[in-house]
Amino acid sequence: MIRVVLPFHLRNLARIEGEAQLEVAAPVTVRAVLEALENKYPVLRGTIRDHGNLKRRPFVRFFASKEDLSLEPPETQLPGEVVNGEEPFLIVGAMAGG
Amino acid sequence: MRCARVLVGTKKGAFILTADGKRKNWTVSGPHFAGWEIYHVKGSPADPDHIYASQTSGWFGQIIQRSLDGGKTWNPPGSRPEDLVGSGGFPKGESNKFVYEGEVGTHKWYDGTQHPWEFKRIWHLEPSLTDPNTVYAGAEDAAIFKTTDGGKTWKELSGLRRAKGNLWQPGAGGMAVHTILLDPKNPNRIYIAISAAGAFRTDDGGKTWKPINRGLKSQYELPDPDAEVGHCVHRIALHPSRPDVLFMQKHWDVLRTDNAGEQWSEVSGNLPSDFGFPIDVHAHEPETIFVVPIKSDSEHYPPDGKLRVYRSKTGGNEWEALTRGLPQENCYVNVLRDAMAVDKLDPCGIYFGTTGGQVYCSADGGDSWNAIVRDLPAVYSVEVQMLS
Repeated sequence: MIRVVLPFHLRNLARIEGEAQLEVAAPVTVRAVLEALENKYPVLRGTIRDHGNLKRRPFVRFFASKEDLSLEPPETQLPGEVVNGEEPFLIVGAMAGG
Repeated sequence: MRCARVLVGTKKGAFILTADGKRKNWTVSGPHFAGWEIYHVKGSPADPDHIYASQTSGWFGQIIQRSLDGGKTWNPPGSRPEDLVGSGGFPKGESNKFVYEGEVGTHKWYDGTQHPWEFKRIWHLEPSLTDPNTVYAGAEDAAIFKTTDGGKTWKELSGLRRAKGNLWQPGAGGMAVHTILLDPKNPNRIYIAISAAGAFRTDDGGKTWKPINRGLKSQYELPDPDAEVGHCVHRIALHPSRPDVLFMQKHWDVLRTDNAGEQWSEVSGNLPSDFGFPIDVHAHEPETIFVVPIKSDSEHYPPDGKLRVYRSKTGGNEWEALTRGLPQENCYVNVLRDAMAVDKLDPCGIYFGTTGGQVYCSADGGDSWNAIVRDLPAVYSVEVQMLS
């Protein structure tokens, strides 16, 4: 089970209490997690990555095991502790308020 | 007794204000969608319990919300698994999917070069006059979209961008379709307005559009007096009984047309400033119009720190200041283009919201005003519904 932590506004939008729990088949990549998340919570489509080109929105960041994966390709496999559920995959609203 | 329900979009959420027909004692609900920018909230004239909201964020993009119970509960249309199933067996969740039709194309950029259209947000939602599941949406970058399934999916009416869209250029506030007026007598006729591009009209239900800006003068921005596009129209309004008569608040100048936009003439008359954003028409008097003069495009607050609505009972040119109940000193708020509305009660109610978070109501056609609320986030939009 993959654990995903969402930012406050997206948790409210998707009506998720706490973490999202996802079944994701191997290989567990950034893209596979995002697809599983959007399939389970379709209201999140377009909010984390663009509807058309599936690019990460500019002020959304991805972290796993304290590593910033935001600029890594979507095929990047997540670390073992995220795959086995010890650590969550973090989707973070960037601190860009200005 | 009929009552009024006021739908308020703000910088940090939506609020719903309700009162009986006297419009004195108000109940406030909200914030709905707390922390999100709510550009516009509007109910269907065909079914007032169908309400649509444009929810946006610089982080998470565009969300469309819909209520089927008058604003008590909300859902993004089509986002539940049972609502819409894609080819892969999963819900598509396309209520926030606004994709320009065909080749994206380009418009004029600040430096005079061409720049590709990029969807940013929905500024304005205009439900159909007859079908609660049909809604038009005005987008930034400027385009008009339409849904016929209650907001589950949206399709661009791309003919609008073929009306010299390559010459449109964003103003300081962006380049958005901010006004959509549906002609109640002719279902194929729609008027829209875009800042720094102008006003446009379709007579075939949105397939083709033409600029309707003859008579507008913008001498510094547009030295060519015959320029068809490029005018900074802030708002247009009509009375349902006379949809060929339009009133316009332009960046500078208040204007009217009596022939569906074929020719405009200035009616600023004795206004203390003819810069401003909203304009609206009295529900029962088609020649009575309201504006809120703002000192200038450099300052964006009322002249002399006095918040005054101006009313013309002659369709323009002759204006009177309406001040009773409004702050007449030290007031430096703005009133944005979508933040004024009128109700159909008798006497007609006028409403407007400010960037300082006040929503004012006049229950006597503008003669006197009361603040319904004073401390909301900056108000982006105000609409009003009549309920039985």
